[in-house]
This record gives sequence, structure tokens and C-alpha cells, in this order.
Amino acid sequence: MLPLLSHTLLVCIILIFKKIHANELTFELPDNAKECFHDKLKIGSKFVLEYQVVTGGNYDVDLELKSPSGKILYKETKKQYDQFEKTVEEDGVYQFCFSNEFSTFTHKIIYIDWKVDGDPEHEIPQPGPRVAEGALTMIELKVGKIHENLEKSIDYQTHHRLREATGRARAEDLQERVQIWSLGQFILIIIVAIGTVLLLRSFFTDRRTSSNMTWNR
Amino acid sequence: MENHLYLILIISLFQLITISYSLYFHIDETERKCFIEEIPDETLVIGKYRVELLDENTNTYGATPYGIGMNVEIKDPDDKIVLSKLYTSEGRFTFTSHMPGEHLICLYSNSSAWFGRQKLRIHLDIDVGEHAIDYQEIGAREKLTELQLRIRQLLDQVQQIAKEQNYQRYREERFRATSESTNQRVLWWSFAQVTVLVIAGFWQMRHLKGFFLAKKLV
Repeated sequence: MLPLLSHTLLVCIILIFKKIHANELTFELPDNAKECFHDKLKIGSKFVLEYQVVTGGNYDVDLELKSPSGKILYKETKKQYDQFEKTVEEDGVYQFCFSNEFSTFTHKIIYIDWKVDGDPEHEIPQPGPRVAEGALTMIELKVGKIHENLEKSIDYQTHHRLREATGRARAEDLQERVQIWSLGQFILIIIVAIGTVLLLRSFFTDRRTSSNMTWNR
Repeated sequence: MENHLYLILIISLFQLITISYSLYFHIDETERKCFIEEIPDETLVIGKYRVELLDENTNTYGATPYGIGMNVEIKDPDDKIVLSKLYTSEGRFTFTSHMPGEHLICLYSNSSAWFGRQKLRIHLDIDVGEHAIDYQEIGAREKLTELQLRIRQLLDQVQQIAKEQNYQRYREERFRATSESTNQRVLWWSFAQVTVLVIAGFWQMRHLKGFFLAKKLV
């Protein structure tokens, strides 16, 4: 009987926890394309949207975030990285759209991090800092702090990884381009050298008699 | 036994609720949507999705008719297919990466184009590494206290950080190799081009001299 009670209590405590629901996605946005994401939110919750252009062109993208009533909460053009947070004031479906319509042939890879905090429907029962139960012991406080710092550390690592991916994509692109262009120039030099000689020969072969006379004067 | 069943019932009920609301997007019926996950090796990835079909009459999204499912295709960094399965309108897929790098997770519906280009709404949630671990289930299964569970979570987080840093070292190595290769290529191609120019110059002079001598112009 006692184990059941403690287990149920444990489960109930865990279920009460408010945990940030994080959704990270990396996708490719083709040229002249627009990609929209939606989420249903409740009043009182807070959301954070973070995005970064990983590879592609000038590393810029347009973003527009609209509330359920159509009000534009965030609109930026040609940004490489930004973070936007807001407390929800309206119930309903929020949508944010990324647009690459200004670009004619570069497609971009975009990373997004969508965090929703404090919405009972978005709750995932996981251990987290307790807010509603008596006095926190020292250990629990410290453990909570360590958890927060580790989350931050993981977040920094993600950003480091994305920046490094940007650099690496550029380097690999450069390597390929150097190869192709150098080969092209090499072949071009040979063609031009032979071509010049042939052209010159053709000049003198046609008007041989006339130039013979001019030379002998 | 009965107690555990009760517990499992509560847990599964809550799982059901959490799958209801998450980020969603729209695609065409025949469209293929892919997501990139750059992960270190031996990392667990769990994806959950739910598909709804746009009802043209009422302009709302509702449950999909029987027969519409989603193909989930996962490719590893070498473009080899790791997972390719057909799921129903609501599914959950997991895979563990065996090599570090960019994995591609693609979703496309299995409908043929005869049904017309209807729009689908996909709710998607991809959890990677320590986000994929279900602590509730571990706590219930191994009968851990709350503090033990939290410390367990800390251990998993630290392990993920260590794995990611190891992957970082691997990526840095590749980056350095690429840069050094470019450096080498620039050097050798420049050398080759200068040589070819000089040879071409000499050859041209010699050939033309011979040509003019033969033509008795010089």
C-alpha cells in the first residue's frame, strides 16, 4: 500500500512540474519559398523563438510572427540571427513564417528553437525546479541550479555547432570552387595559346602573296 | 500488479495529452518535407508526429481517412537509409545514430496523386539526446526518489555535453583538413598555371619562328 502511495505521490509531483517544452528543428528553405509554422497557445504562457541561418547566400532570412488576431508581433527582414520572446496575451494559433522570396537561387538552411513555457497543455512531466511544495532543501536548490546551468551550456554548444557548420560549409564550397575554376583556367590557357597561333597562321596563309611583296620592299 | 497498472494508466493518459499540441506546419499531399539533425554518434532520437487532412467542405482539419499514412525515411551522413517505414496517421519513430554527422529525417505521405492535391497538417516533435529520455517512466520503473531522478537527469545532461564536445573535436578536424586541402590546391594549381603559361609562350615563339622561316617571310 505504502509503495503505491509514494509512487502515486511521486507521479503527481512530477505531473505538477512546469517544464519548458522545447522544439528544435533544422530545415532547408528553397529559393523563392516561404515556410510557416503554427502553434496553439494559451494566455499566460511565455514563448521564445530563436532562429539562425546556418548556410546559404548572405545568411539572411525574413521572419514574420503573427498573433491569432493577425497582429504582427515581430517582423524583420534579412536577419541572420535573432531571439524573440513574449508573454501570450491572446488565446489561439500563433504563426511564424520564414521567407526566402528575395533570393533567386540560393537556398538556405535555417535552425529554429521554439520554447513554450508555462502552458499546461505543453507540459511534459519531467523533473524540474519545484515551485509549489514546502521548503526546498539545500541539495535540491543546488541541483536545480546545476540543471539550469547545464541547459545553458547545452544551448551554447548548439550555437557553437551552428557557427562551425556555417564556416565548414563555406570552406567546403571554397575547396570545390578553387578546384573547378583552376582546372577551367588551365584548360583555357592551353586553348588560347593554341588558338592564337592558329589564328596568326591563318592571317599569313591567306594573304601570302601580298605580304610577300610588302616584305620584300 | 494492480497498482502498477493504475500507474501505467496515468502515465499513458498524460502521454496522450502531451502529444496533442505542438508545433505544426502544412504540406501538400505529394510533398516531401525533410529536417536535418546534426548529432554525435550513439545518440537517441525520438520523433512523434500526427497528421490531419484538410476538409475542403468545412475548411477545418480533421482526422485522416483510413489508408493515409506517412512514410518516414531517415538517412545517415553517408546517404544510407537508416530507417524507412510506413506509419499510420499518428506515429512515433526512434533511431540511434551510429556515426556522427548530419542525418536527414524525411516525411512524406503515401497517397498517390489521384486524390488531388489536398493539404495535410503535420504536428511534429523531434527530441534528441537527453530531451528524448522519459524520466517519468524511469522514475516509476526503477522506483527512484525525486532527488535521485533529478540527479539522474543531471548525469544524462553532462554525458550529452561530453559527447557533443567530442563531436566538436571531430568536426574541427574535418574543417582543418578541408582548409589545408584548399591551401594545397591553390599552391599546386598556381604553380601548374605559371608553368603552362611559360611553356605555352615558348612553344608559340618557336612554332611561329619556324612558320615564318618556312614561309620565307623572315
